Amino acid sequence: MTRITDHSEVMPLGPKIVEVNNVSKTFVLRRDNSLKERIVTLGRSGRAHREKFDALKNITFDVEAGSTIGLIGTNGSGKSTLLKVIGGIIDPTSGSVRRRGRIAALLELGAGFHPDLSGRDNVYLNASILGLSKEETDAEFDSILAFSEIGDFIDTQVKFYSSGMYVRLAFAVAVHTNPDLLLVDEVLAVGDEAFQRKCMDKIRQFQQEGRTIVLVSHSAAQVTEICDRGVVLRAGEIAFVGSATEATKVHREILEEKRKLTLDDPAEEEEPASSKIRSITVRNTEGRVLKNLDGGESVVIEVAVEHSEPTGEWNSSMSIDTPHGQQVYGAGTLRSHTPHPAAPAGVSVIRYEIHELPLAGGQYFVNAEISNGENKQWDIFWQGAMFSVAEDPDQSGTVRARSTITTMAVSPE
Amino acid sequence: MSDRALQRFARLADEPLVPTASASRGSWTTLKAVIDHRALLGLLVRRDVKARYKDSALGMLWTLINPLVQLLIYWLVLGQILGAARGIPDFAIYIFSGLTIFGLFSETLSAATGSIVANSGLVKKVYVPREIFPLATAGSALVTFGVQLIVLVAACLILDSAPLSMGLLYFLPAVLIVVIYAVSLGILLSAINVYLRDVQYLTSILLMLALWSSPIVYGWTMVQQVIDRLGLPQWLLDVYSANPVTIAVLGFHRAFWVAGTPSDYPADLALRMGIAIVVGLLLLWGCQRVFSRLQGNFAQEL
Repeated sequence: MTRITDHSEVMPLGPKIVEVNNVSKTFVLRRDNSLKERIVTLGRSGRAHREKFDALKNITFDVEAGSTIGLIGTNGSGKSTLLKVIGGIIDPTSGSVRRRGRIAALLELGAGFHPDLSGRDNVYLNASILGLSKEETDAEFDSILAFSEIGDFIDTQVKFYSSGMYVRLAFAVAVHTNPDLLLVDEVLAVGDEAFQRKCMDKIRQFQQEGRTIVLVSHSAAQVTEICDRGVVLRAGEIAFVGSATEATKVHREILEEKRKLTLDDPAEEEEPASSKIRSITVRNTEGRVLKNLDGGESVVIEVAVEHSEPTGEWNSSMSIDTPHGQQVYGAGTLRSHTPHPAAPAGVSVIRYEIHELPLAGGQYFVNAEISNGENKQWDIFWQGAMFSVAEDPDQSGTVRARSTITTMAVSPE
Repeated sequence: MSDRALQRFARLADEPLVPTASASRGSWTTLKAVIDHRALLGLLVRRDVKARYKDSALGMLWTLINPLVQLLIYWLVLGQILGAARGIPDFAIYIFSGLTIFGLFSETLSAATGSIVANSGLVKKVYVPREIFPLATAGSALVTFGVQLIVLVAACLILDSAPLSMGLLYFLPAVLIVVIYAVSLGILLSAINVYLRDVQYLTSILLMLALWSSPIVYGWTMVQQVIDRLGLPQWLLDVYSANPVTIAVLGFHRAFWVAGTPSDYPADLALRMGIAIVVGLLLLWGCQRVFSRLQGNFAQEL
């Protein structure tokens, strides 16, 4: 399912900062690790003790300066390996990575921290590893300390730090090294919520300053929130390059396929599902197709289902998501105990009328799922339709509501 | 998009795109990268020294206790009981100066061999020229060496044989030889050790052999006498004297052991030292080439 979309919807950006050209990486897994074992298994039998594993296969893409790219994929899809290849920590087996500008990598929490040294010593050490001179670190030190919120613990050995303190200090140093390119592996999830918010603000500031960020993430929400582009990896290959929103959609489809593969009985897998979702359409109650809503009006979701053969009772469900993947509404026949009646082969259209959908401003996606009478899934269609709701300057959040604010009279003491 | 962003883009557009693969970097580029990271080198040395004796009550004193005990054993057992001291005047200074310079070699080599594995946390997660790690071990070994050197000079003064002769000129070349060879071999072995952890055990055996194959606890002239007595060919002595560690130890004796006479050393010691330095630099270059070949897969092997 290799889909490459053009980037026309992405704003034109700065010059190329990273060029990944046909990169492949093969790991050789050995089962013998000592000299004795290796001599014993020398020669032809030694091959049997080796296994090749293609972590990355023919990866090609460019990163333009000023963009924020999310690398997403399931476990073991090669995203962390790709990040390390970009960082120059692992050499590719074939192909090349070329890049320019100053780089800072935040690949694991506390990379380069020595447990026996104080936080202060580690700041200097880590900053130096990231390419800062002593004078530059001196100048930034107070700012690093303030950002990390470590306080007086700065002179304590870091082995006594909590994991949150570790990552806060590491992140604080990395963002103060003035990088043109920041590589971030899934480390931001460690700090508490307040610190995560601070990290996000810092990342936004970086984006404003035209810095480039390459981020590895499992979280579709995080990718849609910060990234403008996404690269989806599957089993070491690029499955998709394009806008972040579409990338998370592809990622979800891959996850769904994977889930089906693990759930399905091999025997059942043989027969392809007899029914498919053809389309999802959002209309108003008069039947006009809607793209932009004012919020608060009634909405009709139409799901067209094609049955290739006559079917018994069957079920459907639909849900509405924010771009972060947060479900805001869901309904279905299983929930309401009202399955659809038996249908002949051909197209059936299901109509969900949602009365006065109170959504606040923003973008929303509609998903639908169909299954047979025993709730065995036939098909699922992620983000089959999209609509926008007009912003209301008086409120935030996803629920549209009206509030009245009054100041109660306060009697002086 | 702010003005700063546009400035950044303009600056980036002027920079060339550089390949990341380490195998494509030459020795010269690596040397430049190491020099660029000299501040880091200094910090790593300080980290090693600071962390080594952290939480120990005696701290840096331990760098002295070890060689002093060694000195005591060799002086008592070899010198007095087995009688080696009879042929060597100022036997204590002779042994201690030999042990000091050999300690530099042995500490650098054994720490360098394990350095990449010991710093795996850094090697796996950030890119710095990896040659820095074996180099840093030489730095912290030099600190230990410096402390022992102070004791050696103090001992010389106490025993009333102050090392104030032209022989002191041999001091720097001797140290240089030891550092060059220990670092070269350390760079090579540290890379191999990533793939084969046996190497670190092999190194400790090699160091034991090196200790006894250099004139540290016995005299160079004793080797000559043995070869004469057993009727062995003279080139054996040349082979023995061609060992760079032996040359460095002899040079060090020349600097600090003032009781020695010219007949205690092979002829043309200065020339031999010069040759050893040139050969050592070639070896260093060769070892660095091998290292840069092997380092591409460090991160996945650790």
